[in-house]
Amino acid sequence: MKSTNHIKDLITKMADDELILGHRNSEWTGLGPILEEDIAFSSMAQDKIGHALALYEILHEQFDEKDPDHYAFLRNEKEYKCCHLVEFPIGEYDFSLMRHFLFDYAEMIRYETLANSSFEPFRLLSKKVKGELKYHTLHAEEWIKQLGNATDESHARMQQELNHCFPLAAGIFEPAKEFESQLMDEKIYPGEKKLYELWLDKIYSVVTQASLNLPDIGKVQPVFGGREGYHTEYLQLLLDEMSEVYKLDPGANW
Amino acid sequence: MYGGGYIFDEPDRRQRTEEYEHDIPEKLAEFEARIEGGEKIEPDDWMPSEYRRQLIRLIEQHANSEIIGALPEGTWITRAPGFRRKMVLIAKVQDEIGHGQLLYNAAETLGKSREAMINDLLSGKTKYSNVFNYPAETWADVTVIGFLIDAAAIINQVANSRGSYGPYCRALERICYEESFHLKQGHEAFVGLAAGTPMQRRMLQDALNRWWQPIMHFFGPPDTISAHTEKLMQWKVKMASNDDMRDHFLNDYVPKVWELGLTLPDPNLKKNGETGRWEYSDPDWDLFFKVIKGDGPCNKERLAVRSWAEEHGRWVRQALMSSKYRRHAPVA
Repeated sequence: MKSTNHIKDLITKMADDELILGHRNSEWTGLGPILEEDIAFSSMAQDKIGHALALYEILHEQFDEKDPDHYAFLRNEKEYKCCHLVEFPIGEYDFSLMRHFLFDYAEMIRYETLANSSFEPFRLLSKKVKGELKYHTLHAEEWIKQLGNATDESHARMQQELNHCFPLAAGIFEPAKEFESQLMDEKIYPGEKKLYELWLDKIYSVVTQASLNLPDIGKVQPVFGGREGYHTEYLQLLLDEMSEVYKLDPGANW
Repeated sequence: MYGGGYIFDEPDRRQRTEEYEHDIPEKLAEFEARIEGGEKIEPDDWMPSEYRRQLIRLIEQHANSEIIGALPEGTWITRAPGFRRKMVLIAKVQDEIGHGQLLYNAAETLGKSREAMINDLLSGKTKYSNVFNYPAETWADVTVIGFLIDAAAIINQVANSRGSYGPYCRALERICYEESFHLKQGHEAFVGLAAGTPMQRRMLQDALNRWWQPIMHFFGPPDTISAHTEKLMQWKVKMASNDDMRDHFLNDYVPKVWELGLTLPDPNLKKNGETGRWEYSDPDWDLFFKVIKGDGPCNKERLAVRSWAEEHGRWVRQALMSSKYRRHAPVA
């Protein structure tokens, strides 16, 4: 039988990113700078967790992996393939907003290209997800432009967080060492390098309109490791919290 | 959620006397006749200053309760067991914040800004439903809140939605519609634990035992000691008495809890076959007033969280008010 490890690896990293960032976004419920932002971050959290669920379902249904709850809540930290960007605590709103902007544009581009994937479940999922991401990216764009252009403080905070988040966001595009060429050859997706280039084009125009400067791209050291199971210190803590109740009795119906 | 029946009132006699003097008897008679006839009062209509003051107090406290009420459940979003519970809980708590937003908007039509209301909440000048000053210790607490506290709040809110102030009634109609889904999800999660493993049932029973007193406090003190009710009922600001709402709640929900083989920690709780009213041990009202005054288990923690949000979000709000950049309508 033909190996499917390459597709499983790609799905797992995409799903883990969505789950962990959805979890983080949900932490804004009750804490936003204005009520409208609490609501916005909660909405995006629901969408992201929904995307994660859809991807874990593909793993379960097409590749006989464990059911989504089990797969999402009970793996060891090393088995998660999320990038470091999504693992960090929510911090202040400036960090969370910049992360949302950089991540959601990357996600948008990924799902746009998956519309042409040779893997049918990706094509179907792409249709649904793109519609939601349109609003996520509109939200991010509006806020980045507003805060980048408003006061000295908001501008400085946005620039600082762009500098801080950029290498982490570049880590979204960590190629799968073992599988990258196979995924591209089989036209599952166009490869991380290509996605990174498309992403840079997209964010460049928003960043410019926000009066912000991208760091020197040539000198940026992307933060890799997450796709290989090497994580920040924050992931284990997040996983402990996330599975706290579920682990009391994983066999029970919650 | 989450309007409780008890509306805290800061005593300020002098101000009220002054306001009464400015009200015009003929207009007052006309106003009361409109309410008597079932008409809604709208923001631009004449209204006695006491009516305005009482409504601001009521709606503001209701709005405060929504955003503070999001906190005890909100802390469980990150720990909800499984995808379904997690997504449902985020959506539910998000709705509550949305209700806060709707209600602050409704209160703003009476002339008090959202900023002023949030400031008064943080300074302790205005209150929120007392029930949120208790901790949600386990997942079972989330299901008790989602089922029984939401159920209690719906009784109060459905009553208030028949009140006299148009913007508040319209906000409540939408809120009650969403709340009916919250109640379903709360009930389902509650039954899930009740029908679950022995450990899950123990968790649930423990949570019920701890929450029973706050639930009995929810509708406020008995009618015999509840102040300033008559005028508010005539003006259709308050639509049902505390005791009536409490009885309504007990009648609808105690049997549902008992049906599941669970117990409630009050040996005197029973329906009187002759009067048709529920009887119960008198909850500790001294404790109730103590918690209202700020000495409950979580008062400080709840306000500290809201203060964090206010302080750390200030730069964002300032940036929104900046004239340097004006947003354009997105081409969606």
